[in-house]
Amino acid sequence: MPGVLNIILQRLALGLLTLFVVSIVIFVAVNALPGDFAQVILGQGATPEAVATIRRDLGLNEPLVQRYFGWLAAILTGDLGTSFAQLNFQSSMGGGNLKTVASQIAPRFANTMFLAGVTAAIAVPLAVGLGVLAALYRGTVFDRVTNIFTLSSVSSPEFFLAYVLILFLAVLNPLLPSLSNIYDGMALGARLKATMLPALTLTLIVLAQMMRMTRAAIINLLASPYIEMARLKGVTPLRVITRHALPNALAPIINVVALNLAYLITGVVVVEVVFVYPGIGQLFVDAVKIRDIPVVQACCLIFAAAYILLNLTADILSILSNPRLRHPK
Amino acid sequence: MTRLTRRGLLRSGAAAGILAASGLPLRAQMKRGGRLRAGLAGANTSDSWDSRTHSDNFMQNAGNGAVFDSLTEVSADGTLVGELAESWEATPDAKTWTFNLRQGVSFHNGKPFGAEDVIESLQMHVAEDSKSAAKPIIGAIIEMKKLTDHQVQFTLDKGNADLPYLLSDYHLNIFPAGQIEEAIAKGIGTGLYQVVSFDPGVRFVGKRVEGHYKDGKAGWFDEIEYIAINDATARMNALMTGQVDAINRVDVKTEALLKANPTVNIQEVTGNRHFTFPMLTDVAPLDNVNVRRALKYGINRQEMVDKILLGHGRVGNDTPIGPANQYYAGDMEQLSYDPDKAAFYLKEAGMDQLNIDLSASSAAFAGAVDAAQLYQSSAKPAGININVVQEPADGYWSNVWIKKPFSAAFWSGRATEDWMFSSAFEAGVPWNDSQWGPEDSARFQELLITARAELDSDKRREMYTEMQMILRDDGGVIIPMFANWVQGVSNKLAIPETVGNLWGMDNARMSERWAMA
Repeated sequence: MPGVLNIILQRLALGLLTLFVVSIVIFVAVNALPGDFAQVILGQGATPEAVATIRRDLGLNEPLVQRYFGWLAAILTGDLGTSFAQLNFQSSMGGGNLKTVASQIAPRFANTMFLAGVTAAIAVPLAVGLGVLAALYRGTVFDRVTNIFTLSSVSSPEFFLAYVLILFLAVLNPLLPSLSNIYDGMALGARLKATMLPALTLTLIVLAQMMRMTRAAIINLLASPYIEMARLKGVTPLRVITRHALPNALAPIINVVALNLAYLITGVVVVEVVFVYPGIGQLFVDAVKIRDIPVVQACCLIFAAAYILLNLTADILSILSNPRLRHPK
Repeated sequence: MTRLTRRGLLRSGAAAGILAASGLPLRAQMKRGGRLRAGLAGANTSDSWDSRTHSDNFMQNAGNGAVFDSLTEVSADGTLVGELAESWEATPDAKTWTFNLRQGVSFHNGKPFGAEDVIESLQMHVAEDSKSAAKPIIGAIIEMKKLTDHQVQFTLDKGNADLPYLLSDYHLNIFPAGQIEEAIAKGIGTGLYQVVSFDPGVRFVGKRVEGHYKDGKAGWFDEIEYIAINDATARMNALMTGQVDAINRVDVKTEALLKANPTVNIQEVTGNRHFTFPMLTDVAPLDNVNVRRALKYGINRQEMVDKILLGHGRVGNDTPIGPANQYYAGDMEQLSYDPDKAAFYLKEAGMDQLNIDLSASSAAFAGAVDAAQLYQSSAKPAGININVVQEPADGYWSNVWIKKPFSAAFWSGRATEDWMFSSAFEAGVPWNDSQWGPEDSARFQELLITARAELDSDKRREMYTEMQMILRDDGGVIIPMFANWVQGVSNKLAIPETVGNLWGMDNARMSERWAMA
């Protein structure tokens, strides 16, 4: 399939360009915020001398353009750099063995991926199942209730949903912990339990779009002649949907699932803060707070890359699921 | 309780009475065992075991409060006791100090503790380019001498009667000499708890050291777990649902919810933390003492305590010396809200009315902008028109504080009068946020120097009282309120009646002093 391969390569090249633009925008934006790392880390104790010392040690006095290209040169060799906090620590301590940005992000990113994975494992089957059922029982009470429920959950702010879940599942009925106390060497069962509330919150947020898309795509197809044919030959309604309609509705569904998965990686900041989940979102917030540009840049690149790759995957999969696109004339 | 020295008792003054009445019977009931789980605000991914960089409650609790020890310790009732130092002596000019160190103490890696550890650990703070907040304390020591393996002598450039107090500072942790770098990387100290795991900005777990010199006196838990919870609501939830036993910085707006929960208690102490409105005394019209007096009478302090702190604090008297200080002049006459007097002083300054900008931001303290607006409305009847300028929170301390003539700020206070005054009121020091100097009060600066080297407690009290009066009447900082430490604790914990008020969570030493009920 040279066509598909071409598309992949083309899209990857475009993705790299996007990453480059994103990195410039973020670099300029973080620098445009009032206060820099030296001022923020010293806080009330910021004497002009101490600020000057830190700026000198971290090279913050160099012009913006020069600092950006320094960072870019390092990143092209695969070096995400060392965070300002660590460099500052080193300049007052001496010695090496610093944690690099990569080693700081890795465990946090793994945690976020775990949360995204658990959420996806709950949300995707649930959304598709509900969508299929809603299409099957279109116009019934079940359809309406599902629609109202998912639409109202997606319309509520994340923190509100989080607190509602905490109220019902942690405070009134102490079933799940409201604090996602995740650490290395935790048993999988305990870890799943600690992850459950944030995962459920995220599920509520991503459910509506996927479920509505499934429902709409299937209903759309149910009007087509080949479905009518299937009905006429006596296939049961459930089988009509799962065997005849669903495979043809996959393209739009995959698209919206991929978009929502990207959201699970990049949009979890609020949920992570509410549940104190030690993921990349919290690290990102901390880094922005202290203007730790290497960490902010690395996080943004990961977020952007996640979006680009998942979108690409969605496109490829929808091509592969569509015979007309798979075998272009 | 560790042994009290003669001088320790002396400086305790009024607190000695409380000593006899508090703690001891309760301590007899303290029993070993259990796991303390605390949810603490004030954690950062940039945290490390380098105590020079410690600035917030999480690392105070984990560092000085659990893994490390310092030479001296401020006990819950405010008296000074020895920690790694057993006793100390000074020459009459308070310039040369000899500390006798505790024997038979070892670090978590087995290295025995001695004089070299003290000298090397303290010298970290004065290394070239050191950014340590304790640099001024150690910088004043011009010579450190090892007399024997367990005795050190410090010589100061100027006499300072507070030196033993200053050495209790949470930045001045003692590390093993020759292995400081490793000790900072792994967290190796002499404290009651050794590090099991530490994930900066996320979690710290410590395990009780067996055979510790504080056995039977402190350190009742088998294990401690501190979880970083910077979000106030998440902290509340964790305490309410029993996932942690203690939290710091309760959001006072939700106090009623905590009170409704029978398994949770609110612990509240008034310490030295205060919210201020500093005025630059070298900028017109604030250089005029009558203008400053007018502003002092134009603020309704009680209203601020009621509305900004929701009652969790007490009114200030324009001195930074609070109830956690030894020579706090609590009986000094309180400045009151009096628009007539304010108008009178404005006339004395030759003005009918005063128009002035007040810079405030939520970075100064929670509710600072609201406080400035309250100030605006209370000052109006006196002919003082305050224009509240809302400044961005980012870069507030660098761009607004001490730069704009009239702004909002906060101080966590200091353990000793001299430390507080020499941080913020000594002529020429960097954090002098009112530019207070000899041209404002030569007497104040003179007393500051004399009191510092005075070893006689009564004489010091006299001098510090006079200094507090000068600040109340003429000073350049309006201090309307002292904020309480409000913390939430589960009733599964046994906590002594007296709780430290210098820092949150029993002076950050809950892991030593509290136990499971």
